[in-house]
Amino acid sequence: MLRVDPHDKEKLIAPLFKTPRGFYPAVSVLLIVFGFGVYMYIRQLTLGLGETGMSRPAYWGIYMVNFIFFIGISHAGTLISAILRVMGAEWRRPITRVAEAVTAFALIVGTLQIIIDMGRPDRLVFTLFYGRVQSPILWDVISVTMYFLGSVTYLYLPLIPDAAILRDNCPDDAPGWQKLLYKTLALGWRGTRSQWIRLEKAIAFMAVFIIPVAVSVHTIISWILATTVQPGWHSSIFGPYFVVGAIFSGIGALFIAMTTIRKAYGLENIIAAKQYRNLGLLFLTMNMIWMYFTFAEHMGVAAGQQVDEFPVLASKLWGEFSVGFWLMVASMVVAFWVLVVPRMVPDNPVRLPIFQPRSGLVFAGGMLFVAVMMFGPGVVPNLPLWANLSTVNLSFRDPDSRMVGWLLMIALAALAGLGFSRWLKHRTVTASVIASFFVLIGMWLERWNIVVPTMTHPRLIPYTTYQPTLTEFALTAASFALFGLMFLFFFRVFPAVSIWEIAEGRVIQEAQSHLVIPPPEPSEVSKRLRGWGSKIRGG
Amino acid sequence: MTRWSMVIDLDKCVACQGCSIACRFENNTPVVKPSEAIRGRAIRWNDVFPMPINPTEETGEYPQVNSRYLTRPCMHCDNPPCIKVCPVQATFKDEEGLVRQNYDRCIGCRFCTVACPYGVRYFNWYAPEWEGSLNEYQNPDKVIAAGVLEGPAVRPRGVVEKCTFCIQRLRKARARAEAESREFRPDEYVPACVQTCTGKARFFGDLDDPGSTVSLLSSSQRAFRLLEDVGTHPKVIYLKEG
Repeated sequence: MLRVDPHDKEKLIAPLFKTPRGFYPAVSVLLIVFGFGVYMYIRQLTLGLGETGMSRPAYWGIYMVNFIFFIGISHAGTLISAILRVMGAEWRRPITRVAEAVTAFALIVGTLQIIIDMGRPDRLVFTLFYGRVQSPILWDVISVTMYFLGSVTYLYLPLIPDAAILRDNCPDDAPGWQKLLYKTLALGWRGTRSQWIRLEKAIAFMAVFIIPVAVSVHTIISWILATTVQPGWHSSIFGPYFVVGAIFSGIGALFIAMTTIRKAYGLENIIAAKQYRNLGLLFLTMNMIWMYFTFAEHMGVAAGQQVDEFPVLASKLWGEFSVGFWLMVASMVVAFWVLVVPRMVPDNPVRLPIFQPRSGLVFAGGMLFVAVMMFGPGVVPNLPLWANLSTVNLSFRDPDSRMVGWLLMIALAALAGLGFSRWLKHRTVTASVIASFFVLIGMWLERWNIVVPTMTHPRLIPYTTYQPTLTEFALTAASFALFGLMFLFFFRVFPAVSIWEIAEGRVIQEAQSHLVIPPPEPSEVSKRLRGWGSKIRGG
Repeated sequence: MTRWSMVIDLDKCVACQGCSIACRFENNTPVVKPSEAIRGRAIRWNDVFPMPINPTEETGEYPQVNSRYLTRPCMHCDNPPCIKVCPVQATFKDEEGLVRQNYDRCIGCRFCTVACPYGVRYFNWYAPEWEGSLNEYQNPDKVIAAGVLEGPAVRPRGVVEKCTFCIQRLRKARARAEAESREFRPDEYVPACVQTCTGKARFFGDLDDPGSTVSLLSSSQRAFRLLEDVGTHPKVIYLKEG
């Protein structure tokens, strides 16, 4: 019989035995979206892939984008639980379970994209029967399978003691299937010393094992593109670029997932500000590395201006993909701002009107005004007050003064950002979630901007455009719905937070609070060094 | 060992697209609706198009147009990027240098279509349809090499197909030589596009035989290969105009 802290029991165990409010409505909405996707897939399967918007040369489309995106999201788990576990970061404890679940589910959804994209999904097993190890797709089959098995194991191992805790602390009126489930998954766990040692060993091994596998997974996905000679893909930095993007979007997904869990189960005391602050710093770092890579990737192409490659870049910078490209850049800049500026704004209220959310709204309104002036309908109603406005409107639409309009918009956006910064400072959770949404949108667009422009700008085929059809949109929505469904069902039956891990964390904290660490004894070398330093300082 | 190769003299090519049509009937390439063709889903193993295919500042505008026509079968590269990426060996280079496609094996991942810089590979977005009397004009040949479908018999939906240098003709020529119990000579067989060529611009033969027409032409001053800089070493050799 495993005992558990009464507070944990109330917060983490009790909710698993009653259906939370809003569970069934959420499930039914997701099921409808998913069901429609299944219908559209069966349609695509019977009619053919012609039902999508893909063509020659746009042989790959939104499915490939989703594949890269979801596998990217799956890097949340490894980073948080494996890397932080190896480094012994204590603050990881309440969020490892969520991170590992995101990994497993994103991998399932991601792998599904490839099957959806195949012309002959009935021949999927051929990759095992006749697999050619020289093909990057087979590298992917191997590494994704290994990563999936690894992450499921890695999700399950820390779940064993929790399943045992649940088995022993089940309320008597709990449904029979739930009792049976916990009993089965607990594998007869009794919490003996030898069991703990074995479990810790297994978890430690898996944590170390899964990091290189995770890095290989997204590197290999990038190599599917980079091993071809197509313009814009044949790049040596694709491997690290994709891995960084994967971890970046993974943290974004994790922020949203853990905030959902926190809200749904009221775990404000367990998933606390510390987690958001530390993970936010990691998020910020990834944002900067990502920006550096993006710049480096496009810089070479822009400077080289090769006949095959440059049209791909041109289509992104000012051609048909420019909206998506600049939306991606803007999303990342906004996410960066939301994360970094609140940290820099002074704590005690500066009585400057510029730091008021009110003025933020005013500046945002101003930005919207300029945007409407530049891209709006161009006809201003002829009212007495509006007389001057049409002149403004005309001057903004003049190609020569476009630059002024853009600069004005950027300046107003920055001012609006300053206005909201103090409001965001006091809402770390909200700020993280806002930044995460921007990052997820930006990262999806990044995958799009890598896959599609190169596809539509080949060497010896006329340039085309790619317009996804309803089938593709429905299947994309269904993929997100499937992810949501798996997430909901999993956390309906399993504790949102690893119960034993936070209990262990509390014990460690307790022990550390009694511990007095003596200052290090000065050695001969350090004494001499110190003397040297003072000599220099003394001049 | 024979190494099949094609030489196309652009000085003699009149861009009549006869090669494209002959290929279509020899190889049963499926017909698609005009609405599909506009979306870029027409299947033309041998395509004829203007070069450069995407207009640039240098190509100019009518009437000062600076472009020419090019006819393009599969290059049957010596270093084919398509076979390197295939996960199931549905496409492979045989000992005579032909890049072949196994329709019974292809899983439809379209990696080869993406990897080919020449765009010679086509995907069956829908099941091919043969309406009305078109059905009666199908080439009845069927090549089942090592138990798998390769030849001009109609391909199923969801697989990739490409120019085979009319492998069924090679098979038939070999069979004929065997029936007449004599040695097969490389000049006994040409693909349909070579046979039909209006301007007699196409030559076909064994590149390993120093005396063959293709060998002699390949060392011409005018000889060049398409996209030489991508390192695929094509076995289709063009002769420059002029």
